[in-house]
Formats: sequence, C-alpha cells, structure tokens
Amino acid sequence: MTLNMLEAGQIATVKGIHSKDAERRRMVDMGILPGTRIENVMSSPLGDPVAYRIRNAVVALRGEQAKLIEIEEQK
Amino acid sequence: MTAQAAAAIQCGSCSSGCNTAHLTKLGIKTGSWDYIVALAGNPNTGKSTIFNALTGLHQHVGNWAGKTVTRAEGAFTLGGKKFKLVDLPGTYSLLSTSVDEEIARDFVLFGKPDVTVVVVDATRLERNLNLVLQILEITDHAVIALNLIDEARRNNLTMNERILMRDLGVPVVPMTARRGEGVDELLSAIEQVASREFSARPHRIKYADSNLETAIEKLATQLRSEFDGLRNARWVALRLLEGDESIIDTVRKGTLGAVKSTNHFPPLVQVEAG
Repeated sequence: MTLNMLEAGQIATVKGIHSKDAERRRMVDMGILPGTRIENVMSSPLGDPVAYRIRNAVVALRGEQAKLIEIEEQK
Repeated sequence: MTAQAAAAIQCGSCSSGCNTAHLTKLGIKTGSWDYIVALAGNPNTGKSTIFNALTGLHQHVGNWAGKTVTRAEGAFTLGGKKFKLVDLPGTYSLLSTSVDEEIARDFVLFGKPDVTVVVVDATRLERNLNLVLQILEITDHAVIALNLIDEARRNNLTMNERILMRDLGVPVVPMTARRGEGVDELLSAIEQVASREFSARPHRIKYADSNLETAIEKLATQLRSEFDGLRNARWVALRLLEGDESIIDTVRKGTLGAVKSTNHFPPLVQVEAG
C-alpha cells in the first residue's frame, strides 16, 4: 500500500520511494527512508495535504507525493 | 554541558563566563575581519536568535518558514580578533534545489568561511543530522550548536553531547539561545576552531564501492587543476557524478567557486544596530 492510503492515527513503516532525482532527494532530506516510522497525524479540511509525523517532526505532504511512498502498516 | 566540559573547551585559564565579558558586539559594522563565521541549520532552529546574541543586531526572529531569505551579516570582536558572522537561510539539505538552499550551499562551499556553525534542534536531532553530515563532507571546520536543549529536557530527552562530539569529530555545544545559555561556550568553540587550536576529525561518509572512489578521485584531480584553490573538489566531483544540474552548469561556465557577491542581494535584511 502507499502512504496516501494510511488513515488518521495509523502508523506505518516506509518500504520504498517511487520517485527519483530532485523529488526523491527532497523526501530523503525530510527523513523519509526505507524503515522510517511514519504516522498520519491529521488531515486538512479538504483531506489534502495530510500532516505526517516523521522523526519527531510534522511534515505536510500532498496526496500526489504520498502516493509515491510505499508503506507497510504496523498493527 | 558540565562546567568541566565547558572549561575544557575554553582557554582553561579563566572561569566560564569570561567570553561574554570580552565580547564586543559590532552590529552591522563588518568592515574588515580576521575570520568569517557562517551560521547554517534547518529552518526554525534558532539561527537568527544566535546571530542576534553575538552581534547585538535585531535580525527579525520569528516562527515561520523562509524568514531569512537572503543572508544577513553582522560582526563581533573576541580575544582581539574580529569575526564577521553570516546568517544563512534555513535548509534541510545542501543538495535540493530551492533558492534558499542554493544561497546556503554556495556560501558554505565557496564563501570560504573559517568556521561553519551548524545550529541543530535538539528535539529533532535525527532529522537535523542530515544537514550536519552534509556540511561535514564539505568542511573540517565546523561547530555544532545543539540548541533548544530546554525543550528537549521538557520532552524528557537527554542529550549526551560528549558522545555526539566523539562521533561527529567536531565541538558540540548545548544551548538555549533565547535565554543566552551556552553562548559563552559557543564563542569559545568558534574561537578555537577559527584559530585552528582545535583540530577536528569530522565524521566522513566512506563509499564502499571502489569504482566510485576511483571515479571521484579522477574527477577531483581534474577539477583541482581547472579551478585554482578549490577546497571541495571531492564534493563537487560527487555532485557531477550524481548529475546535479546547477553544479554541472557552474563547471561548464567556469564560475565554480565564485560565490555570488552580496550586491546580488539587498545589502542586508532590514536590521537595526542595537
């Protein structure tokens, strides 16, 4: 599944990033790497962007970007 | 930091607290200088607060993104030496491609700072270390200002700056800049790194692939012969191998190493001498 499918309050582990070059670099610089724990903290009123907690920092990602992040949900 | 650790970083002959007494804040009167100090760090880590504490300026401090959009400059004297301090825009990386990041990157790379202070948020250390490691790839002469230590404590985070210092190979100074805590220790560390009294052994990423190492060396040698006095040939070579458009462009144009002069920017972000 991809990050955009993660619902509010749920936690997942990043499996991979399906983007490259500058966009991938940006995500890695924000701390999104395979193995990173990521939590859906809250959604904006229209549901996009969504705020995620990554390494103790809250980062907002658009649905378009979240779709590129492969995750595995933690039970 | 314990009093002993602080004293060890300082000159040893005076008790902690001596530096603020010897500090003269010069505001925007940069004039000539003995040392250039760059202030880098992620957004919202307190760079401008530290800038103001050292220069006596009132560079705007605020809790929003992109506040320091160009670089602000100020000065202070310490131990008879004049330091020019350059406050850079906050960035998460030196490798992405926003204007802010380019300004910060070009200055750290080509502005030839004698010391680069990397301000890090102690409550988000892991994320902040990305930029720290990138800067340590470029320069040996860095100081880590471990700021917002009070917030870290409130969140029950304990920092072991000695281990951090050992692993990173450069001085690490715990601070709560908005209350002036750690400013003396930061000044001591800046002074020791600037005068090369402290010899750093920064942590460097090593690449296991020997083909990559060979390619880096080959390119770096060519770069050094092409661009006189280039300090970071290895780093530039890596960017070329990575296909970094902006670096490729500057190499093509032959402008590599030329930091954009300040008059490309407003002379200063609006600051008033205090």
